[in-house]
Amino acid sequence: MSNNNSSKAPKRQMPKHVFKAGVFKRLLKMLFKFYPKMVPITIFGIIFTAVASAIPAVFMQNVISLIEKWQPVGDWALASQEIVPNVMVLIVMYVLSIISMTVETQLVAIITQGFLSKMRTTMFEGMQNLPIKYFDTHKHGDIMSYYTNDIDTLRQLISQSLPTIVRAGVIVISVLFIMIYYSLWLTLIVLLGVVVMLFVSKKAGGGSAKYFIRLQAAVAKQEGYVQEMMNGQKVVKVFCHEDECQENFDKLNEALYEDNYSAHAYANMLGPIIQNIGNTLYAVLAIVGGVLLLAKAPNLSISGMAFDISIVIPFLNMTKQFTGNINQLSQQINSIVMGLAGAERIFGLMDEQPEEDKGYVTLVNCKVDENGNISEADEHTGKWAWKHPHGDGTLTYTLLRGDVRMTDVDFEYEKGKPVLHNVTVYAEPGQQVAFVGATGAGKTTITNLINRFYDIADGKIRYDGININKIKKSDLRRSLGIVLQETNLFTGTVMDNIRYGRLEATDAECIEAAKLAGADDFITRLPNGYNTELSNNGANLSQGQRQLIAIARAAVADPPVMILDEATSSIDTRTEAIVQKGMDKLMEGRTVFVIAHRLSTVMNSDVIMVLDHGRIIERGNHEKLIAEKGTYYRLYTGAFELE
Amino acid sequence: MLKRLVACIREYKLPTILTFVFILGEAVMETLIPFLTADLVNDIRAGIEIGEVIKVGIIIVIMAIISLACGAIAGRTSAKASAGFAKNLRHDIFAKIQTYSFENIDKFSSSSLITRLTTDVSNVQLAFMMVIRIAIRSPFMLIFSVIMAYVMGGALSTCFVVVIPVLGFGLFMVAKKAMPRFRAVFKKYDTLNESIEENVRAMRVVKGFSREEYEKKKFTREAESIRDDFTKAERIVALNSPIMQLCLYFDMAFVLLVGSRMVITGQGIDVGQISAMLTYGFQVLMSLMMLSMVFVLITISTESAKRISEVLDEVPALTNPENPVMEVKDGSIDFDNVSFKYSKAAKKFALSNIDLHIKPGMTVGIIGGTGSSKSSLVQLIPRLYDVTEGSVKVGGIDVRKYDIEALREAVSMVLQKNLIFSGTIKDNLRWGNENATDEELVEACKLSQADEFIKRFPDGYDTMIEQGGTNVSGGQKQRLCIARALLKKPKILILDDSTSAVDTKTDALIRQGFKQFLPETTKIIIAQRIASVEESDLILVMNNGTIEAAGKHDDLLKFNKIYREVYEQQTRGGEENEQ
Repeated sequence: MSNNNSSKAPKRQMPKHVFKAGVFKRLLKMLFKFYPKMVPITIFGIIFTAVASAIPAVFMQNVISLIEKWQPVGDWALASQEIVPNVMVLIVMYVLSIISMTVETQLVAIITQGFLSKMRTTMFEGMQNLPIKYFDTHKHGDIMSYYTNDIDTLRQLISQSLPTIVRAGVIVISVLFIMIYYSLWLTLIVLLGVVVMLFVSKKAGGGSAKYFIRLQAAVAKQEGYVQEMMNGQKVVKVFCHEDECQENFDKLNEALYEDNYSAHAYANMLGPIIQNIGNTLYAVLAIVGGVLLLAKAPNLSISGMAFDISIVIPFLNMTKQFTGNINQLSQQINSIVMGLAGAERIFGLMDEQPEEDKGYVTLVNCKVDENGNISEADEHTGKWAWKHPHGDGTLTYTLLRGDVRMTDVDFEYEKGKPVLHNVTVYAEPGQQVAFVGATGAGKTTITNLINRFYDIADGKIRYDGININKIKKSDLRRSLGIVLQETNLFTGTVMDNIRYGRLEATDAECIEAAKLAGADDFITRLPNGYNTELSNNGANLSQGQRQLIAIARAAVADPPVMILDEATSSIDTRTEAIVQKGMDKLMEGRTVFVIAHRLSTVMNSDVIMVLDHGRIIERGNHEKLIAEKGTYYRLYTGAFELE
Repeated sequence: MLKRLVACIREYKLPTILTFVFILGEAVMETLIPFLTADLVNDIRAGIEIGEVIKVGIIIVIMAIISLACGAIAGRTSAKASAGFAKNLRHDIFAKIQTYSFENIDKFSSSSLITRLTTDVSNVQLAFMMVIRIAIRSPFMLIFSVIMAYVMGGALSTCFVVVIPVLGFGLFMVAKKAMPRFRAVFKKYDTLNESIEENVRAMRVVKGFSREEYEKKKFTREAESIRDDFTKAERIVALNSPIMQLCLYFDMAFVLLVGSRMVITGQGIDVGQISAMLTYGFQVLMSLMMLSMVFVLITISTESAKRISEVLDEVPALTNPENPVMEVKDGSIDFDNVSFKYSKAAKKFALSNIDLHIKPGMTVGIIGGTGSSKSSLVQLIPRLYDVTEGSVKVGGIDVRKYDIEALREAVSMVLQKNLIFSGTIKDNLRWGNENATDEELVEACKLSQADEFIKRFPDGYDTMIEQGGTNVSGGQKQRLCIARALLKKPKILILDDSTSAVDTKTDALIRQGFKQFLPETTKIIIAQRIASVEESDLILVMNNGTIEAAGKHDDLLKFNKIYREVYEQQTRGGEENEQ
């Protein structure tokens, strides 16, 4: 079966380069697109806060100088006239800074969650439009990881790293200019210190991003093992295989520990390194400044100020600010690298080619007058027709009957590995067509083609005489009811689950469908009957009961064509016999495709197709096939095995 | 709970303690360095000779080097301690799960166990690292800075009397308000992810019914509801920085204004003290801020810690007896008046008043509808569950007296929901007996009719099985599982609906092989098909938790209605075409 091709599923890609400018750009573009006003306001707010918090340092310096000036005088009344205005300016700046900071941090919170929510929805909506092939070739755990791990890394990136980059970046650049304004020589020393910082942190901590990405891979690997073992825990118990499992687990656990340790060890070292090189730089500057002062060295600066104490002291403070902000920037490296890796994967999902639909024939409610003329109706009439617009602008209506014809159909999931050869199947309205054959013979594939989960490579499929490629996919599928072997129910009540087949169905209609499917009996015996909440894919029901609900769900949709793919495989034969009556009624008047292992399920079909390696090798009704004494006969008598 | 988690530090106690020591070293340096830098500024300002400046400068550099060394070492040791702690925690959780009996396993869903082993451990690990890095450092720096501020600033430090309580209260309120919201959001978040998973899994249904738009709307609604809640929680936390900033600014303005007046009016402090006050004020508030962050982090991870403790505290429902019996004598089985229910709270018994005696070497067939407790009955034999009343004996001895492993070695069971694991076919077979020779593997596979199809694989017995066994068919998987069970060379072999996907002919061959090659082994076969059980020495018809009838095929056909019905239904139309 096609959905078992997990072996061909691509491994979750790990980026080769740690920083991707393209991904970063695209992320920013999306941010601006989603919040065209809020993002610029926030950026402005962050910059304003940064500036408003930096300016007071200048006034603070003024105040201190004034204190020194007035200390010998000792007259507060006079001094205060100079000092208080400076402090007032300070307070005004403080107030502005707090207001802007409050606004900006609130905006960041709103934008972060809003953006993540939009990313999730965009991702989910895109995912709904992907072809079944995507889900058949990707592990579900990997798809889930986009919504959990990758979104989480984005959260960190947007709520912390980006604001920090803006804030610290603005400060670093403006401080740099101010430093140049004061003194070029001292600035050069600071820059030299930065080079040392970068060099040392690259030597000592630069590997941490690499390790974090490796850590993610190790986590995924262990998660895979844990998943398999937790699902197979009962088998482990039966074979007393606990010790071996523990051993394997511990091996993975040890590897995870190594990556975990390395990643965090490097990340933790980054802070102390930069901070203390900063401290050293400070001391070096003080000494150099002192020496230069003493030597009365000439200054080189934009301001043209002479080299004196009024330069050295603010300069020292600025150095502190400068290195402090570089430290903050460096703390973001890991989250940026991981966030971009996450974003890249998310974009990968968003960029997947969606399911193509060039269909233009739609399904509409219709009325048929006594002359057999079909006209479109707005209300629900119980009758449906295909509305077929033609190239010349005319419209034709074809009554929905459920006539499915496949002619010379070839198909392959993978290039060079054909699954179906020359398959021709005619199913007239109301006929029951059964497919029998080994696993991999192509039974499910045929049904995958009828509802266009996959598109045929060669040949033709016509539905009521219309090429199915011309029919809008959603309308085509609406006209087909499918019940699959692997039953999937949704969280919600039993009633909700049945109604999934037709959202506007009334409770009475849903119960009617359940009765038809033979599900009513056990549902009414559930604690809350039809209002019983199901969760975890209906875990509290038996496989057989789940299948009955799935049949009811298809019944309520009331489609002219039904596909039953091993729909009763988990219902024991005795129950099946009871359900059979309802099933017969359900199939009445519909075109039905049946796939079943149990020959008793397919025996009564109008036509039975025996498939072998993608070819129909026998066709006919039960009596005819038995008389032919071919594969079907041998299957029936148990002389041959289905795999 | 905390004790339980702390116990997982084990061999990582040394790095944990070293982290404390070196963090303390770093913290001391970090508080002293600003003190010296302020000094340096004063020196330069005061025009003190260059020798003094150089001396202080060198001291700063030395201290920076010490601080760097301490910080770097603490960084490594804390990473080692926390990664090791997480490793031990994961080990313990996994090991604990291995001791679970079926009853315990039924209680936790596998996905919730996976979350506990992954996300929850990561959360706790992060909290642990933060705690050992900050739990000592911040209080230390707080106290030290307050003392220094007091020493340096004297009366000026009274401003802390106002600022610290205000900030502490503000941060506390933020954490207190935000926590319940976060907890609620995390629950919703789990639900959202579950519904995504559900959607991905059911994609064929979604597309089959053209429900893409419906699903999109449903998802958008859920995602937006989470966004709203999350935003509220994050907005509360976002108040942290402005509150902190407010207090800091208040402190600075106060120090400048009041301090300048004190200096100028000659109240015993100088300019250097004002600078120092500014520096230490900043440090005091920063350490408070850090503490509040740790507080939030710990509260968030408490949820995870609780969930982990649930797993660790679960008491295994079955334990080995003292002085266990180590050998199973023969394959006889006796059920003496056995009743059983899955949990104490359950009202309904799954099995009631079962009396059943099986001699070694017998073949017993069990038939019955869905929910008739066929599986419950056989699961008592290898003691996967314990009886509620009565007793089950194997080889004449109560199963509760055996060493569990010895019992299960002798009683081999193929479960209904069976699984093979990723790895080669050989790897999977060796689950039955890890020392089995290649010949033994082939022998078992021949008996289970698996050898023939395995040989047809290009890699034969070395064929890789995908996770979940997706690259073999249902029938093939069942035959592999039977071979795996046979390799134990059991005294009792139980097949719980294990040949349902195998065709009737192969099914018959398997049974024939059992008869021929395993005459001493007691064989219990649960089946849907009458054909699978009709030749048994004893056939049980189960209905509603009781043995409705027991006997041989011919008798049951005559005297039992259910059996006859099933038989007729299955052979309907078949016989007339038989040769």
